Amino acid sequence: MNKLIEKATSLLQEGVVTKVIGYEEGTEKPRPFFCEKAEDTSKLIYNSRCINNLAVYLTKPELLGTGKVAVVATLPTLRSIVQLAFENQLKEDKLVILTVTDSEEVIEFAGFAEIETYLKDFKLKIDQKEQDLIDKLEGMSKEERWTFWVEELSQCFKCYACRAACPMCYCTRCVVEVNCPQWVQPWASPLGNIEWQINRAMHLAGRCTGCGSCAEACPVGIPIDLLTRKMMEDLGEEFGVVPGQPNKNGNVLSTFKPEDKENFIR
Amino acid sequence: MDNITEFEPKIVAFVCNWCTYAGADLTGTSRLKYATNFKIIRFPCTGRIDYMLLLKAFAEGADGIIVSGCHPNDCHYTSGNFHARRRWVVFRGLLDFFGIDVRRICFSWVSAAEGGKWADLVNSTVAEIRELGAYKEYQKVAGYLEKEECNE
Repeated sequence: MNKLIEKATSLLQEGVVTKVIGYEEGTEKPRPFFCEKAEDTSKLIYNSRCINNLAVYLTKPELLGTGKVAVVATLPTLRSIVQLAFENQLKEDKLVILTVTDSEEVIEFAGFAEIETYLKDFKLKIDQKEQDLIDKLEGMSKEERWTFWVEELSQCFKCYACRAACPMCYCTRCVVEVNCPQWVQPWASPLGNIEWQINRAMHLAGRCTGCGSCAEACPVGIPIDLLTRKMMEDLGEEFGVVPGQPNKNGNVLSTFKPEDKENFIR
Repeated sequence: MDNITEFEPKIVAFVCNWCTYAGADLTGTSRLKYATNFKIIRFPCTGRIDYMLLLKAFAEGADGIIVSGCHPNDCHYTSGNFHARRRWVVFRGLLDFFGIDVRRICFSWVSAAEGGKWADLVNSTVAEIRELGAYKEYQKVAGYLEKEECNE
């Protein structure tokens, strides 16, 4: 713990970075913290309750400024950083990526390649509760599944917190803000909510790193991360995508193989 | 009497300009008789057929959808249908997880020379959708605001 504060202090004092993005104690749970002064580093914390995916800030130049920035990354954050780097969204020389190990050692990564090597030891695990829910849904009939999702999504009031919390949703202009053509109804309605989630899942196909931030951010607790989780499983079988890792053969939906298999095209 | 009460499916066919549209044209010029319950929408390529268009068709009251284009390796733009194929594999899985009836979307490859195959495809799809009936579940959700139905 203290090692993290030491590291952050030295980075800020030596002027290596202009800010350290980490976690501080919030009212109920830890919240993201942009630490810009060496004297504020004592507020930095790191424990298993720190669940926000801080990679979401790394694609926002207006937040980062022009200087170098350090980020305290959890495992899911590291996975997102690797995926973002694969999509050419990050500048290696503008970032200092730190992580804290179980033995409270601070690791500073030399580059994105090193993160990938580090992540090899940590396979993405799906929460048993979520896996159970996926299994339950798969066991249902079509009609039951449809009722489940219509009911769940009827609570959605289109706050787009799922989009804001997702590090992979970094488009500056989102499809739901396009009104010519109007793909998705802008107001909350059963149809619009379903279409929005289908769009979100499709755009994350093969890119989602399974951090679960979307469901965590949802103020009404809709299990929307199931969509991308389930898709991750399917894509693994179809296209050999390893969940939580970037697909080195290229993005699933922007590449193809002539020998791709399907069993439904007549 | 039977003719009035029988359900006639509404089908929207999204087809590519170079193969299936020409194939459907051949069906007509060959004077093959086949079902007329469908409306063709012509696209430059299957790669252009956005999944949102299929959802829009359902929302606007389609009971079934046909998506058809050039056979693999026959694409006018070399790879549009390969990209489309991947998208459909992913999209179909997602729709199924959502509980949307994937049997209502018929994917196929119909070349410009396969006028007969197009007629058979339309006939069999119309028969299948007739069996499944109108897609009321989706239409109910789509028309929720218009009809001001109460959602318990």
